[in-house]
Amino acid sequence: MSEADKTGVVKNIRNEQNAVVLELRGDIDMSRSSELREQILDVLQQKPAALVINMTDVAFMDSSGLATLVEAMQLSQRHGSSLRLTGLATRVRSVFEISRLDTIFEIYESESEALS
Amino acid sequence: MAMEHENISEEAVIELDGVTKSFGTQKVLDGVNLHVKRGEIMVVMGGSGCGKSTLLNHMIGALTPDSGSVKLFGRDYATMTDEELAETRMRFGILFQSGALISSLTIGENVALPLREHKSLDDNIIDIMVKIKLELVGLREHADKMPAQLSGGMKKRAGLARAVALDPQILFYDEPSAGLDPVTSAQIDQLIIALTRKLHVTSVVVTHEMDSAFTIADRMCMLDLGKVMRIGSRKEFEDLRDAADGELKSEQDLLIRQFLRGGAEGPITDRQQSSGYADDLSLVATRTQ
Ligand SMILES: Nc1ncnc2c1ncn2[C@@H]1O[C@H](COP(=O)(O)OP(=O)(O)OP(=O)(O)O)[C@@H](O)[C@H]1O
Ligand SMILES: [Mg+2]
Repeated sequence: MSEADKTGVVKNIRNEQNAVVLELRGDIDMSRSSELREQILDVLQQKPAALVINMTDVAFMDSSGLATLVEAMQLSQRHGSSLRLTGLATRVRSVFEISRLDTIFEIYESESEALS
Repeated sequence: MAMEHENISEEAVIELDGVTKSFGTQKVLDGVNLHVKRGEIMVVMGGSGCGKSTLLNHMIGALTPDSGSVKLFGRDYATMTDEELAETRMRFGILFQSGALISSLTIGENVALPLREHKSLDDNIIDIMVKIKLELVGLREHADKMPAQLSGGMKKRAGLARAVALDPQILFYDEPSAGLDPVTSAQIDQLIIALTRKLHVTSVVVTHEMDSAFTIADRMCMLDLGKVMRIGSRKEFEDLRDAADGELKSEQDLLIRQFLRGGAEGPITDRQQSSGYADDLSLVATRTQ
């Protein structure tokens, strides 16, 4: 377990204009994806226009993490929010690609692009 | 096409040292030494009945060697606690020769089974994970079917979806393309390569299909008479397969080449003919060899 995993999966929550930015950290695996799920459900309760998930500090994500993000997209669509992802490391992006979900999610190169 | 790639590390995640195993009086494995590196695809070949499945069964801890040791992720099965064994089992997936689906459960439920053991996963998350895994093997629209309603190839793919349910770090495949049509078989090959390259999975693949072996392998190993007869890079085996008679250095080279080419004539055939057939029929061989 890496240093970053010893603390919560959410590093920071910020309110930007019309968007909530959720910064994650550490590995998102079976042991931490349910915590991520709760945090996402919490944020979506506020019905933000957009939820930007910044994964710059996430080195690894397994398919429980991926499924959690799929559910987040289901819910955000129901709430009329838009879900955007940014800061995907190559290894994390691969998880989306192999599952053919890279075309379903809105993935941005940078946070500023995701916010604009 | 598989290439030497940067994901392979020198660290061995599977280590078999001096593994010997007999069933009754039949010695099936006779001092097998085999180390598999993290991130590589190791193809295991050998004649039918030479002990490939037995070897895999040692790697997954289903069989205990009579002597020698089997380590996964640096841990010896012989000294693992129950907890360590359970943890180790979560880290590998197996695609059995038979597919091994539970016949009373739908395909989707079969894939969900290993996920349900994780109490922290919500049902909705499990449903999504099952869809992701079934999409991976092209069976998403068949989730509600029972295994009996699937063709042999579809069962294989469903077995693969279940094998990858928990995102294993090692995948064991026993004859993944046996009995599949060429297109499905090629798709399975590409899936094995993608899982290895993209998700850094380590794979051990037992196969008789030489096209498939040469498509996916980083390294290959040939079992014969209970031992690892040859282990080497895919390139070394390709060179051997394509070698002309004059380039072969030993009887062993000839035997391996015959196996790789699948020719009927050669040392394998000669050996079959001289291996005690007469004795077996309680006859005295009338011709001296
Ligand atoms: N549980 C067992 N009890 C007794 N004999 C066994 C057992 N398992 C395997 N054998 C014998 O060990 C030998 C090797 O079997 P194994 O299934 O490992 O071969 P294989 O290389 O996988 O063959 P195939 O290519 O046909 O699948 C065979 O002679 C088989 O009969
Ligand atoms: Mg076998």
